[in-house]
Amino acid sequence: MSDRLRAVLSEPEAGRFGPEADLIRATVRSFVATEILPHVDRWEEAGTFPRELYPRAGDVGILGVGYPEDVGGTPTGLWGQIATWEEMARCTSGGIAASLGSHHIALPPIVAHGTPEQQARFVSPVLAGDRIAALAITEPGAGSDVANLMTRAVRDGDHYLIDGSKTFITSGVRADQITVAVRTGGPGHDGISLLVVEADVDGFTRSGPMAKMGWWPSDTATLYFDRVRVPVANRVGPENAGFRIIMENFQMERLQLAVSGYVTAETAIVEAWRYATDRTVFGRPVAGFQANRHRFVDLVAETTAAKEFTYRAAEGIERGEDRTTEISLAKLLATAAAEHATYAAVQLFGGAGYLRGNVAERLYRDARILAIGGGTSEIMREIVAKRIL
Amino acid sequence: MKIAVCAKQIPDPATPYELDPEHHWIVRPDDQILDDTDRYGVEIGLQLAEASEGSVTLFSMSPAGNLQGIRQALAMGADKAVIVSDPALKGSDALVTAKVLARAIQQEGFDLVIAGTESTDGSAGVLPQQLSELLEVPALTFAKAVEHDGDTIRIHRQTPDGYDEVEATLPAVLTVTAGVVEPRYPTFKGIMQAKQKPVEQLTAADLGFDATEVGAAGSAQYVRSVTPVPARQAGEIVEDDGEAYRKILEVLEQAKVV
Repeated sequence: MSDRLRAVLSEPEAGRFGPEADLIRATVRSFVATEILPHVDRWEEAGTFPRELYPRAGDVGILGVGYPEDVGGTPTGLWGQIATWEEMARCTSGGIAASLGSHHIALPPIVAHGTPEQQARFVSPVLAGDRIAALAITEPGAGSDVANLMTRAVRDGDHYLIDGSKTFITSGVRADQITVAVRTGGPGHDGISLLVVEADVDGFTRSGPMAKMGWWPSDTATLYFDRVRVPVANRVGPENAGFRIIMENFQMERLQLAVSGYVTAETAIVEAWRYATDRTVFGRPVAGFQANRHRFVDLVAETTAAKEFTYRAAEGIERGEDRTTEISLAKLLATAAAEHATYAAVQLFGGAGYLRGNVAERLYRDARILAIGGGTSEIMREIVAKRIL
Repeated sequence: MKIAVCAKQIPDPATPYELDPEHHWIVRPDDQILDDTDRYGVEIGLQLAEASEGSVTLFSMSPAGNLQGIRQALAMGADKAVIVSDPALKGSDALVTAKVLARAIQQEGFDLVIAGTESTDGSAGVLPQQLSELLEVPALTFAKAVEHDGDTIRIHRQTPDGYDEVEATLPAVLTVTAGVVEPRYPTFKGIMQAKQKPVEQLTAADLGFDATEVGAAGSAQYVRSVTPVPARQAGEIVEDDGEAYRKILEVLEQAKVV
């Protein structure tokens, strides 16, 4: 029974993704099955995972999915990317998936607006897994309010001098390079630029990994900039044009978070129902009670609808259309589905679901960040309200 | 070295197989995957080709469908594929299949033919030996390790007690077991490149067969009837009265585990 449920939730309709994306899915599935799943419990408890996983993922092509060939990527189209993100999210550890994917928010501005020299230095080695890349926007004093960020970069000849700090930075502890949003001009969104800071420069320090509710193996850090000298050649795009680039970049990040949302929901539903078919109470399986059956069908409906809506946004993006409204709605729907499904999964597991090491317990904790990171649900509602009301 | 690898497209074993009620042939959907046992043949073929600056050509006889199974092997790194796909071949037994593949392989030329030990869907396990007979070259079978040195190929042939060392001069036929190598994942690059690789599709007539020589008409073997697998019997439960270990030892000895 749980096989049928798994097929309904996790196997794409034949022909939906296309033959290449289907093969990519199979490859990522094998990679996750052999390189991650056997170690995932241990890495979760350790709060980290070996750095060697990056070049392994790089060799297969996972890190370079969707990037142009001349920077070392594989241009698979969006469906190849979605297939990759879906299967990576099925590793059951949001922290590992997020760490291995942190370059997906750090690199696209360099790919879209960087010079060939910047791309050779900052994109290719990251896609190969030899360097780790992070994006730093959030500050202790400004999160969702990007236009009011305070970290300052003052021009000094061929360099900028950066002062300020960034926080909640995914891959912040291990990153070799950080794409940093800084204020180079006046107040508001017209004064923001993006600079690539290499982690070995003087004046740059960072906290150890921040202890978090979920995403344990992910190295989240606070970054400090004390007169950090960065060449002007490291600026991505024109001066003071950073805000627009950041907003563009958010679209793909939110699409990925929507994918993480519905996959988290699917995994929670399948794992909980597998347990429910085995576990007997009052002389029958937990799965035999109508209250549980109906509740789980509701969850399947909610999750599938969120997934299909995300696919609809993706189809528009593939045609080159602006899908900001749909992407925001997809993130809102899919991350809510993740919360509902993981809550129900823990409930169905009962006491076992409250124990550390139980997959439902982990998914429940990991799901919570999805409605916060990459723009909160409140921001998603605000974006949609501005566009349609 | 010119390497021919036999690669079969089969319906996904994770899905229930459908047999047509009249002939008991497997109903083959458009969407077939590469037989898992063939991934080992493809991998060893690629390794031998890489070491000898050779090439790997895949050979398959099956309805082409959407070619997804063949693409999987091309994505691993094979150079091209020759697939014999023809409604006239429906119902071919192992020997007819071997004749068709032998002619396709001969037409292309080869130093080494590699196959799995048996397919997952048919499980006859005789085709590679028939191929070696038809191609008039030696057969090295059940290899769990392979070594290649100039014109010589040397293998560890899996036996119930261990292995035999067997060697032959090329050209030859080689069958490999699942333990021989760890097959690589198709990389994303390999998957995208596979789209551009040549896949030659042939009919039985292209290989000089007429309709009476192939398919059900040309086959001596047919399936008389099909019986469902009997349900698994419950295991034996040994109550432990302090002496259960004796019984367990006895069972292990019978199974030749100890």
